[in-house]
Amino acid sequence: MNARQSILDKLYQTRDLADFIPTKAEAPKLPTWNDQQKLEKFTQMISAVNGEVHSCEKNNWPHKLLEIAQQNKLGNLLHAPQTEWGAVLAAYFQATEHQLELLEYPQSIDEEGFKEKLFFSIDAAFTGSIGAIAETGTLIVWPNQHEPRLMSLVPPVHFCILEKEKIWNTFAELIENAGWQKGLPNNALLISGPSKTADIEQTLAYGAHGPSQLIVLVV
Amino acid sequence: MSNSQKYTPNTSATSHIPVRQNDFNHQAHDALNDGQLRTNFRRAMDGLIAKRTAQFPDSDDLEARRLHAEAIRQRCLNKLPQLLEQLESNLKANGIKVHWAETAEQACEIIYGISECHQAKSMIKGKSMVSEEIELNHFMAERGIDCLESDMGEYIVQLAEEKPSHIIMPAIHKNAVEVAKLFEDKIPDHSYTEDIDELIQTGRRELRKAFFNADIGLSGVNFMVAETGTLCLVENEGNGRMSTHVPPVHVAVTGIEKVVEFLSDVPPLYHLLTRSATGQPITTYFNMISGPRGENEKDGPKEVHLVLLDNGRSQAYADAQMRKTLQCIRCGACMNHCPVYSRIGGHAYKTVYPGPIGKIISPHMMGLEQTKDLPSASTLCGACGDVCPVKIPIPSLLQRLRIELKRVVSSNDPQQVNMKGAGAGYNAIEARVWKIFSWIYSSRYRYKMLSWMASRFGKLLPNIGPVAVWSKVRSKPVPANKTLHQLMEQRSRQASGQSNGSDK
Repeated sequence: MNARQSILDKLYQTRDLADFIPTKAEAPKLPTWNDQQKLEKFTQMISAVNGEVHSCEKNNWPHKLLEIAQQNKLGNLLHAPQTEWGAVLAAYFQATEHQLELLEYPQSIDEEGFKEKLFFSIDAAFTGSIGAIAETGTLIVWPNQHEPRLMSLVPPVHFCILEKEKIWNTFAELIENAGWQKGLPNNALLISGPSKTADIEQTLAYGAHGPSQLIVLVV
Repeated sequence: MSNSQKYTPNTSATSHIPVRQNDFNHQAHDALNDGQLRTNFRRAMDGLIAKRTAQFPDSDDLEARRLHAEAIRQRCLNKLPQLLEQLESNLKANGIKVHWAETAEQACEIIYGISECHQAKSMIKGKSMVSEEIELNHFMAERGIDCLESDMGEYIVQLAEEKPSHIIMPAIHKNAVEVAKLFEDKIPDHSYTEDIDELIQTGRRELRKAFFNADIGLSGVNFMVAETGTLCLVENEGNGRMSTHVPPVHVAVTGIEKVVEFLSDVPPLYHLLTRSATGQPITTYFNMISGPRGENEKDGPKEVHLVLLDNGRSQAYADAQMRKTLQCIRCGACMNHCPVYSRIGGHAYKTVYPGPIGKIISPHMMGLEQTKDLPSASTLCGACGDVCPVKIPIPSLLQRLRIELKRVVSSNDPQQVNMKGAGAGYNAIEARVWKIFSWIYSSRYRYKMLSWMASRFGKLLPNIGPVAVWSKVRSKPVPANKTLHQLMEQRSRQASGQSNGSDK
């Protein structure tokens, strides 16, 4: 008998133990805030774990991004001009004087030399987000064909844009209402701050394996 | 604090954990005499307790959430086999391959088989306690495949050729100086520093090369969602994402109990998991994997495999009381609050899962013969049960395991759970003593007689056996001259004498 059948048989045979009655309990009431409070809560929570939040206007955020890039002496930036936000960024950079080298993700990570470049010489990446969670200061990022998984992970600086009307109160509210049950992408991410570890003496250190800086541009 | 004896657990990354019977007392004794180890643990546990407390300012809200989480876990466990089948079919539909393993050995064989298919030479590992449980690194090393741990704590422990001493923070038993010395010894081109940021940056540099080169990535799983066919991974560092996104093949390995029915079951459990574990409102990353690299995707693994492990879990499942053991979401709060764990540390238990949860789960994985000391390695203070986010009644499960350990095994008792190693702790003399005890206590006259004798001749109690052990560091207990009953009678006689028959 194979392992699968054997495990399932064991479980099925003992399933209806008369004296194991699962307890029942209602979900506790979850916090809700108004739009202004949600943005404040989000900002407060993500700032507490070293996330940087910048309020921008719909028309000046690329300028803000460039300013931050220059302050941080970034040499290059990975972006996806095929996306709505990426296109705005690309157009701005074309019309502006700057020293920043703009890079694009090739057709595949396996393309000659790109993986090495991504790992060892790309300074920063810019991606979109599909929203955020106020309670925990969390960005919701769904990697896609234009902005693949590693874009928000491998470069040391991650710029992410967030529309302020897309902030949920809690993760539970999001799952209740966003229809994710109908189908999830191959990878979906919640990102709450830059990467960190406290594995040595419970002392917090940022920039473990992922980005050491997470810069959120709120529009 | 003096550090006369350096505490080095007798294990190495390339050897199986030597399980010597009845050595818990010696291990605990050695650990208790290691001042540095105790300082490291005390400081760490105090910090974790304070952080958790700060996350739950409203005790009513916490209780409501715990009840809700317990209900979720119990509902999912009650449907476990159906949920596993549903999970499997949804994962398959998403392009994820599912494997089943009854034993640790089988799980290792499966993972090695996948590596062989891809001629893998190196494996990078996210954090997985189940991979520790099956001794995967050892198995792969014997077959020429290098496994490198990428969680900073696991990486430190692997460099030191030790085992994790905590399920959430593997290197919690070490301080910065110990890590600094270790890095200086083991990492080329690294000069000595005690600066934690610099140490972490060194780890980042070294591991980045490994992520880049790895042929295969291995991870654990925190929640598996049957409804959508999704694997959820909880982490702060990004090594979990690196291990699951970068190599061309991703293998996830986890226990069969980790499945939940609905996506909506995840947020309430995740909410409690991070707050209970490290006092964080959320971890940096919550990584939800529902498929390998799609046709139009530019990165991600081309293959994703899931290995579902039983290894004694179905034995715990078969018993209504012990099934609650499987509610665990591996937050580690029980060990952080345990007075025994915080004094002896994780290595003294000689099990992969230390502390209270380890004491109730290891007997199912290893059998009671090899875990004889665990059910009684507890003061039954109840702290673990009080802080458990899914309300596992750990103290009563420990009592139950004590019964299983000491029971007389009879093959024709239909009520008896078929627990591996049941009766391993049976001792005829002890059983006889308790028989006599219950015979005396079940009769008023015999009890009176015994207490009269004890109050007269108790001082003569010989200093042997358990009494000798007890009195090694304490005064020998001496029964009082009068029993409580006698004292109470005396008082009521005095009272009625004073009150002259009034009813007050």
